Amino acid sequence: MFEIYGERFTSRLLLGTAQYPSPATLKEAVEASSAEIVTVSLRRESARMRAGQGFWELIEQLGVRVLPNTAGCHTAKEAVATAEMARELFDTPWVKLEVIANDDTLQPELFGLVEAASILVAQGFQVLPYTTEDLSAAERLASAGCRVLMPWASPIGSARGLINRDGLKTLRAYFPDTTLIIDAGIGAPSQAAEAMELGYDAVLLNTAVAKAGDPVKMAEAFARAIEAGRLGFEAGLIEPRDMASPSTPVAGTPFFKLDRVS
Amino acid sequence: MQILVNGEPVATDACTLAELCATLGFTQAKVATAVNGCFVASARRGLTPLAPKDEVEIVAPRQGG
Repeated sequence: MFEIYGERFTSRLLLGTAQYPSPATLKEAVEASSAEIVTVSLRRESARMRAGQGFWELIEQLGVRVLPNTAGCHTAKEAVATAEMARELFDTPWVKLEVIANDDTLQPELFGLVEAASILVAQGFQVLPYTTEDLSAAERLASAGCRVLMPWASPIGSARGLINRDGLKTLRAYFPDTTLIIDAGIGAPSQAAEAMELGYDAVLLNTAVAKAGDPVKMAEAFARAIEAGRLGFEAGLIEPRDMASPSTPVAGTPFFKLDRVS
Repeated sequence: MQILVNGEPVATDACTLAELCATLGFTQAKVATAVNGCFVASARRGLTPLAPKDEVEIVAPRQGG
């Protein structure tokens, strides 16, 4: 179990709802993933097309918690207004706060992120900021009242996995009591397992499942990998070492001769 | 008067945001609104006057990562 602002969840996989080949595949993938939380967004609604209304009906059928994002916002002002609209629309104090610095890397704009987080926390939001592994940004976000931090593993949709493993390890060590969720850049179940082995509380992903050859099967693969990674962390991993260390007992080795020991 | 609704120019006689939403068929829809970059709660749409060149956003739930 892990906590998000005092609420406990069993599944450590948070799944995005975008880019699936069909609404039916999205529904099946969410079910196969066992995710209890899915991310959603808000976009301009056409009076003629009304795409959002149908999408919302589908999400309601899933019976999961929704975590609205502020994807596409480039300033604190835009992110705050988007979060306010999301709170009314989805009836939740949660917001996955994104303030984007650059369209090529989709990296967080950390100054605007801290500014927006401070404003939203003061308004009663429970902020889940999409950030980097930068410790000073994490400190500022925690001071602003963020009880969850969501560092990227690598750029959104890049599938490159944990490109700064040491940085993520350090962040975990500095914030032992904060809920840390890896958000973005995960491409393979093994990468998600690696994040969990570092002691991260959960993983949020979208593209790796939605764009997989078989999204439903991949959703299940991620669910199992995340569970395995968590079990591995809880069990306590052994430390890597430079040289070999025999697992079979040396004592009693047949034909053993002392002069072979250097 | 001319305003912008979701980035598109729209000619409207609506005096308030609530009237605009009604003329676009959004009264019962699951939408949220903003005017000139600031959120307007659904309960305040009737109290929010519109002026020429106002920029209105009307958004709904959508897929997201």
